[in-house]
Amino acid sequence: MIVIFGIFLLTLLVITAIAIVRTENLFVAVMLMGIASLLLAANFFLLDAADVALTEAAVGAGISTVLFLGALALTSESERSKPTNRLLSFTVVAAAALVLIYATFDKPRFGDPEAPVQTHVAPWYLEKTPEYIDIPNVVTAVLGSFRGYDTLGEVFVVFTAGIGVLFLLGGGKASGVLPEEKVNEGLRHHLIPRVVGRVLIPFILLFGLYVQFHGEYGPGGGFQAGAIIAAAVILFALLEGEKRALSVLPERVLLGLIACGPLLYGAVGVAGILLGGNFLDYSVLSSDPVKGQQLGILIIEAGVGITVTGVLLGIFHAFAARER
Amino acid sequence: MELLGLYHYWVFAILLMIGFYAVIAKRNLVKKLIGLSLFQAAVFLLYITMGKVDGGTAPIFAGDGATVFSNPLPQVLILTAIVVGISTTALGLGIVVRVKEEYGSIEEHEIQEIDER
Repeated sequence: MIVIFGIFLLTLLVITAIAIVRTENLFVAVMLMGIASLLLAANFFLLDAADVALTEAAVGAGISTVLFLGALALTSESERSKPTNRLLSFTVVAAAALVLIYATFDKPRFGDPEAPVQTHVAPWYLEKTPEYIDIPNVVTAVLGSFRGYDTLGEVFVVFTAGIGVLFLLGGGKASGVLPEEKVNEGLRHHLIPRVVGRVLIPFILLFGLYVQFHGEYGPGGGFQAGAIIAAAVILFALLEGEKRALSVLPERVLLGLIACGPLLYGAVGVAGILLGGNFLDYSVLSSDPVKGQQLGILIIEAGVGITVTGVLLGIFHAFAARER
Repeated sequence: MELLGLYHYWVFAILLMIGFYAVIAKRNLVKKLIGLSLFQAAVFLLYITMGKVDGGTAPIFAGDGATVFSNPLPQVLILTAIVVGISTTALGLGIVVRVKEEYGSIEEHEIQEIDER
């Protein structure tokens, strides 16, 4: 039954993707991207990847759509020209697709427990997580501790991208106070979205915090929580207008958050060295190595959450504040 | 059943190539970025598909006696890749907005014409 459901979702995904590429209206394409992300998230859930599904739903269907819409408002809503060399491109793409599909016949059967990917290091992580870290969510354990270096790198990529967007869009025309009539009022004069939003936003924030601090026990963690909290603030900005959102979380605070996350993460690593361990070795943070690991993961997840929230909100405001 | 198991991989191949088509054939810069996002989504799907184990469940010890778990490693990689992906897409969109402001267009050939002048 689940297999049939999965195939249904995947087929819908392909149809949506074709529609995205075919439509010339970019607004429609962005909306369809949101749907595709949601379908993808449902698929991840069927494939046992609860953490990934949560991330994809929050980031792909939520934040990505808002950012694309922000960019469309500043550029144009439809494509003006036909594709180049349509036939040649199609031939290249079709040939490559055929080669890829031919290659899939050599792949291990779907779900095969004996496939090379399942027999290499994965069992070690599943076996040793209770012993070394003792938290139920293995994904969080691998993300935060076993592969802490990777995650530190990813946090710096997010940090760099956020700084890059702020450099590209932060200054220039956007600087200075907008004239009164151009200030984005949001949907403040529309009753229904406002009332619904007011009811929803506290719960979204609460859920974000739950996802952040419950990441060791259930699906969740800094990346997802950051996206969810950013989504709540973006919803607030859409309903109440840019200005009010910026008075709640001023730009200085956002810049502080962006810088604070990687610093916090790095500080945990350095603290490990100072206490006599290796960089990002949490075992020395507490007298009990397992407790130290848990403490380390909690702090670095907080760092990740702070960075992701700050960067996504900074990017959103950079797009929204740009004068048309 | 054998073919059914390959379906996920075929969807990956087709989705990847649909995204690639948008990147090489479309002239609108935003559309190219949308294509790139689709391309990325296809790669995510491939990784997560490979981590699935028959009869397994999410790799969380919930205390309900489950013994077979899907592979946590691809999930960790993709989880971070999704957030990095949106950050880099945002950077791309930022560049597109600046291009629009400088050139007055986001169509590739029009930008090239202005550059050649």
